[in-house]
Amino acid sequence: MKVAVVGAGPAGVRAVEQLVRAGLRPLWLDEAPDGGGRIYQRPPAGFRRGAAALYGLEAKRAQALHAALDAAKPAAEWRPDTLVWDVTWAEKRLHLLHQGRAEAVEVDAAILCTGAMDRVVPLPGWTRPGVTTLGGAQIALKAQGCAIGPKVVFLGSGPLLWLVAYQYMKAGANVAAVLDTTGFRRKLGALAGAPHDPVTLAKGLYYVARLRAAGVRVAEGVTPLAIEGEQPDAISALRWRDAAGREHSTACDAVGLGWGVRPELQLADLAGVPIGFDTVQHNWVPQRDALGRTPVPGLYVAGDGAGIGGAVVAEMAGACAAQAVLDDAGLPADQKLVNRLQRRLRRQARFRAALERAFPFPISLAATMPDETILCRCEAVTAGELRAAAAPEGPHGAAPEVNRAKAFTRIGMGRCQGRVCGAAAAEVLAAQLGTDAAGIGRLRGQAPVKPLPMPAWQGESA
Amino acid sequence: MRLVRLADQDRPEITFCFEGAACTAREGDTLLTALLAGLAGFLRQSEFEDGPRAGFCLMGACQDCRVMVEGQGRVRACTTRCTAGMRVRRA
Amino acid sequence: MSDSADVIIIGGGGAGCSAALYLAWRGARVILLERGLVGSQASGANYGGVRQQGRHAAELPLARRAHGIWRRLPELIGTDCEFAETGHLKLARNEAEAAELYAYLDTARAHGLPLEMLEGAALRERYPWLGADAVAASFAPQDGSANPRLLSPALARAARQAGATILEQTAVTACRREAGHFVVEAGGIRYSADRLLNTAGFWGGQVAAWFGETVPIRHHTPNMLVTEPVRYFIRPNLGVVGGNVYLRQIPRGNIIIGGGYGSGDPAVPMSRPDPVVTLRAMQRAAALVPQLADVSVIRSWSGIDGIMPDRLPVVGPSATTPGLLHAFGFSGHGFQLGPAVGAVLCELALDGRTETALDGLSIQRFARA
Repeated sequence: MKVAVVGAGPAGVRAVEQLVRAGLRPLWLDEAPDGGGRIYQRPPAGFRRGAAALYGLEAKRAQALHAALDAAKPAAEWRPDTLVWDVTWAEKRLHLLHQGRAEAVEVDAAILCTGAMDRVVPLPGWTRPGVTTLGGAQIALKAQGCAIGPKVVFLGSGPLLWLVAYQYMKAGANVAAVLDTTGFRRKLGALAGAPHDPVTLAKGLYYVARLRAAGVRVAEGVTPLAIEGEQPDAISALRWRDAAGREHSTACDAVGLGWGVRPELQLADLAGVPIGFDTVQHNWVPQRDALGRTPVPGLYVAGDGAGIGGAVVAEMAGACAAQAVLDDAGLPADQKLVNRLQRRLRRQARFRAALERAFPFPISLAATMPDETILCRCEAVTAGELRAAAAPEGPHGAAPEVNRAKAFTRIGMGRCQGRVCGAAAAEVLAAQLGTDAAGIGRLRGQAPVKPLPMPAWQGESA
Repeated sequence: MRLVRLADQDRPEITFCFEGAACTAREGDTLLTALLAGLAGFLRQSEFEDGPRAGFCLMGACQDCRVMVEGQGRVRACTTRCTAGMRVRRA
Repeated sequence: MSDSADVIIIGGGGAGCSAALYLAWRGARVILLERGLVGSQASGANYGGVRQQGRHAAELPLARRAHGIWRRLPELIGTDCEFAETGHLKLARNEAEAAELYAYLDTARAHGLPLEMLEGAALRERYPWLGADAVAASFAPQDGSANPRLLSPALARAARQAGATILEQTAVTACRREAGHFVVEAGGIRYSADRLLNTAGFWGGQVAAWFGETVPIRHHTPNMLVTEPVRYFIRPNLGVVGGNVYLRQIPRGNIIIGGGYGSGDPAVPMSRPDPVVTLRAMQRAAALVPQLADVSVIRSWSGIDGIMPDRLPVVGPSATTPGLLHAFGFSGHGFQLGPAVGAVLCELALDGRTETALDGLSIQRFARA
C-alpha cells in the first residue's frame, strides 16, 4: 500500500512516524529542502545556533520533532524540494514538481499536512519593501539569522505577535514597538472563566512582561493607519491610532504584521474535499472527521492545513490521521494511542476556542480599509475597485460572491492565488454586500497551487 | 529594505552577480537574504506601476520575491539558495 | 406562483444575454433563466479569442455581424469588455498546413474578411519572437481578443437596464408547450411565453430533446492556463492550423494559453483542467514562442461547452415546435459569435426573419442524418 504524506512539519512527521511503525514505507513530500515545517524550520548547514537560541521555550519540542524527522527519513521514500502542484484524485494521482520538472505519481492514500500561513489585513503602504508577515519576520531570524530591518515594529494580534517580538528582542534586534489591535479587555474577557491552556497563556504573559521590562513600547487596542516612507523602496514610519483615539507615528525601517494564520488548503480543495467555514477560527477549513478523514475516500488532512490548532495539535492530528489510514486499509491500528490523542485533542480544541475569542480576526479593520489601499498585492487591485465590483450600477453589474468579484477585478488572480489577500478581501466584499465572510464564499483553488515554470513539461515527456 | 545580520553570520563569503555587479553573500543565504542584507533595496518592480517589492511572506507562499536567475528563469528569492557565481537580475 | 413574458430565454451565456438585451431594446417582455450566474460556463471560461479567421463559411455571416457589434460595445453596453483588435495570426508549421491557409483565402474574400499571408523572412521580421516551427501564417487584422469573464455579465446588466428580467441561480426543471404557450418551470415557479429561446450551451441538447429534437451533442472542457505577467511583446492572438495550441498576451502582461481538454461532468456541473494536458500545452506554447521558457504558469481553469459533430452551432428555428428558437452547441466558437446570435434571435423571435444567413446551422441537419 502506497501512502503519500504531503508536508514534513509537525503533522507530517508524526504521520510518517506512525506509518513507518506499522511497517509501511510512505512517499513523503515536502516543498522545502528539509523538514520541520515553518515552525521548526532548521537553518541550512553552517549555521551554529543551538535549539535554545532558535526555538526558545519550544526547544525541547523542536528537538524531539527533528529527531523523529531524521529517524523517519530513511524509513520513508523521502522527497524534499518537491512541490505537489495539483491532485487529480479520480486517478489518485499527485502531480509533482522537482527541480523545475513535472512528474506524476499514483498512490493509494494521501495525508495532506500542508500547514498554514499568516492571515493579514492590508493597510496603505503594506506593499513597500520592509513589510513582511510575522511568520516571515520569524523565518528571517530563525533560518537566516537576520532581522527584517534595523528598527522593527510588530503589528497585529495573536500569540505569534508577542512571540516574534520577544525573539527579535532576545536576538538583539531593535524593536521599536509592539502594536496589538486587540484590546486588553477583550483578551482578558475571552480567557477569564473559559477553559484555556495555562501553559500557552503563561508563555504569552512571559513574552509581554519581558518586552515591557526591556522598555519596548507596547500598545493594545490600536488601529493601524498607514505604513509610510520617503523612498519607494524603504519605509520610515508606521502611523497608528491608540485606543483613546490619539494618532501616533512610530519611526521604523521594517514592519512585521499578521493576525493569526489560515490553512493552506488548496490541495484538499483541488482533490475535491468539501470546504466549509469555521466560525470559531473565522477560516475556511476542509471537511474532516476527528481523525482527519475527509469525505473523499483515501484522502486525509492533518495539522494546520486541516484547521488551525498549532504545532502541538498538529503532531497529535498527524498521528491520528496515520492511524485512520491504517484502520481504513484493514491494517492493525493502535486504538489505545488514538483514544489517548483524541482526548487530548478535544481538550486542545476547547482551549483553541478561547484563544480565537481572545484574538479574533479584525473584521471591521479589514472591512473599513481605505479605498486606495492595495488589497491584492499580486494584481495591484485596490479595496475601492473591489467595492465597485459589488455595485449593481457598475459596467458588469454586481458581483454577488467572491469568485465573481475575482472575475471582474482580478483580485486573488495573481501569482499567490489569493492566499495573502483572500481573507481581507472577503470582509471588504461582505461589508459592501451586507453579508459576512461565510456568505461571500471563498476563492476556489486552481492548479498549479504555486507557479509552474514553463520547462516543467520536460519532466513529463522524459 | 535592509535585512540586518544578527546571528550565525560567521559563514564563508561567496560572490555572486546582481544586475551585472559583483556582490558578496554568505554560504547558506537565500537569494532574498543575499540581496536584501546587501544593497539591493528591493527585488522587483510591480508590473502594475505601484512601486518596488521585496517579498512579504518569506516562506514561499506569496510569490512576491521573484527574481531572474540565469539558467533558472524566474524563481522565488526566499526559497532559492544563493550560490557562488549565480547571475541574478530583477524579474 | 407564475409569471409570463413575451419571450423566455433558457441559459445566460453570451447568446442568451445578448438576446435578452436586443429583445428588451425592442420593447419585448423578456425573462432569462440561468442556473448559475450568467457566463459561468463556456461563455465565461473560454480563451477569450474574438476570431473570424478560419471559421466555416456557414458561420462567417454571423461572425462578420458579430465583429461589427464587438466594435460598438462601448456605445451599446457602456464597456468594451477589454476587446482589442490586435489581429489574429494563424500559423502553419509545415507545407501542408500552409496550403490550408492558402485554401481558406477564397472563403474569407467571399465574406469580406481581410487576410494577409506571411512567409519566411517577412514573417520573422514582423514577429521576431516566433519559434522555428512556424513556416507561414495568415494574419487577420480585424480579429483580436476580449475578456470572457466580462461579456455575459455586461450584456446582462445592459439587458436588465433595458427592462429584461434576468434570474440567476434559477435552474429550469421542466419545459413544454401547452395550449399554444411555452411553460417553463424553474425554482418552483411556472413561467409562460409565446416564444422560447434555447441558449443553454451544452445543456441546449436537453432542452431540444424536451421538444422531440435529439441531437448528437457532446460536452467539451477546454483546458486553459495563464502565465504570470511579463513584458508585453505578443500583440496578435496566436493560433495554429489544427488548433492544438493557441495563446495571446494581454497588455497587463499575462499570457493566456489554450489547447486540449480537461475533464468535467455536466450533471453537477463541474469541470477542471487536466494537469497532463496543461503540461502539453506548455510544451507547445514554448515551441511557438521560445521566450516563454522563463515564464511560469500561475493558474488553470476549464468550463463546459457543447460540441456538435460538425463543429458548427445549432442556430435557427426548431423543426418540431413553432415559436422555439435554438442557439446552442457552439463548439468552441460561441464567444465571438454571441453578440450577433442575440441580435439574430431577436429578429427571428419578433419579425420571423433575419438578414443574416444561417444556412447550414439549422437543427434539421441532424434530423436528416
